[in-house]
Amino acid sequence: MQTFSCPFCGSRPEYEFHFGGDAGNERPEGFATVAAPVWAEYLHFRNNPKGDTQEVWLHMTCGELFVMDRNTVTMAAGPGQPILPPKVTP
Amino acid sequence: MTTTYSALSLLKEGFNGQKGWAKAWTSPEPKSRYDIVVVGGGGHGLATAYYLAKNHGIRNIAVIEKGWLGGGNTGRNTTIVRSNYFFPESVRLYDLSLKLYETLSRELNYNIMLSQRGMISLAHTPAEMEMSARVVNAMQINGTDAELYGPEDVRRVLPIYNFGQRSRYPALGGIWQGRAGTARHDAVAWGYARAASKLGVDIIQQCEVTDFIVEGGRCRGIRTNRGDIRADRVGLAVAGHSSVMAAKAGFRLPILSYALQACVSEPVKPVLNTVVVSPGTGTYASQSDKGEIVIGGGLDRMPSYGQRGNLPVLETVLSGLLEMFPAFRQLKLMRQWAGIVDVVPDSSPIIGESPLPGLFLNCGWGTGGFKAIPAGGTLLAHLLATGQHHDISRPFDLDRFARGRLIDEAAGSGIAH
Repeated sequence: MQTFSCPFCGSRPEYEFHFGGDAGNERPEGFATVAAPVWAEYLHFRNNPKGDTQEVWLHMTCGELFVMDRNTVTMAAGPGQPILPPKVTP
Repeated sequence: MTTTYSALSLLKEGFNGQKGWAKAWTSPEPKSRYDIVVVGGGGHGLATAYYLAKNHGIRNIAVIEKGWLGGGNTGRNTTIVRSNYFFPESVRLYDLSLKLYETLSRELNYNIMLSQRGMISLAHTPAEMEMSARVVNAMQINGTDAELYGPEDVRRVLPIYNFGQRSRYPALGGIWQGRAGTARHDAVAWGYARAASKLGVDIIQQCEVTDFIVEGGRCRGIRTNRGDIRADRVGLAVAGHSSVMAAKAGFRLPILSYALQACVSEPVKPVLNTVVVSPGTGTYASQSDKGEIVIGGGLDRMPSYGQRGNLPVLETVLSGLLEMFPAFRQLKLMRQWAGIVDVVPDSSPIIGESPLPGLFLNCGWGTGGFKAIPAGGTLLAHLLATGQHHDISRPFDLDRFARGRLIDEAAGSGIAH
């Protein structure tokens, strides 16, 4: 059994987590003006690298999303990082 | 040298001390130029080369394989062939494949050990029975064989199922496809390789593609660890590594690569006469000709290129098996393994020209590529030879993701990938 590290709960067994896609896959702005190929890129097309990658994961038991570095060959996973809101300058 | 397989040649070589058999295929050095290069020496790649030579008369072809023939998913699947899909596009595709499988042993002069023992997709609740009736109706309208089975039919084909009062997954019936069954997976790869080699195709193993030759915005060949190989058109049939190849060619695909596990038990006396799948327990099983119970289930739950499975999924699959067949409780597992499968959002394959002109795709078969080998080969060969889609492959082009015209078999037939 592999364990992943939730930034809020610590080390927990893998079946408590759900894969959430590539980190940095941001939703296009401007709903009606976004071209179909741009929507397709966002919705369906993936990096899917062999080796090091950065992904969004959900810890299902606490409900928090976070970012995790992982290697898709060795399955080694780094500690989860919280997704922080962008800093607002007053 | 004896090149044809028959009872007579077997007898002749028996008297000859088995010394006169010709090698099944030749292993030449790669040439610097071919008309067409197919990357990937699994079932789909080898079938593509065979159909290019046989259907289109193109002989200057190479199949490039980084490891050995059929060493990827072709040698790691659970050998099931079937065409029990929902949408017309899918049934046309998979039924073409099943029809080609039905005559393949004779065509290739190679026994692929096709055994059309039938397959039952179980339904455990009244709601699942209604969905099964819907799929059966769709399959019949689409022109393939399907029957709706009731509880007595399940008792007849699966006498060892858990029909007890306390069964958590009572078998109310299910979808029966009598033409479904199993075939020997290695034999499919080796049979196509032998037939392609006989038609003049160069089969090159231990040759890894490192990059693509791109000139004037068009793919003109491949760079490998054994030198550059130029080609007018390049076909890609590399399953779970499609995204890796796409990155070298400069584009992304709507694919995630996952590990799909399977395992086999020790051999036992004949006890399971059909292929059985239960969407409820997430487990499927069949018995091999050697007597092993071949067991499979759902995907591991995170993208992976490590060809090994993880424990939670194996536990789910095996607990499902034991719930359905308590008699298997004492079976010992002999082997467990995983292959890397290319999963697409709508669980349908991608066949067509890639964003890099001259490079053609055959990928996205997910957990079900083995059953589709003859069709995948036929359709990619058609594309590579003519530059145009076959009528059957057109709906599966990469453009369907931008057009929104998905062929969602996960929703349609409830397949797990």
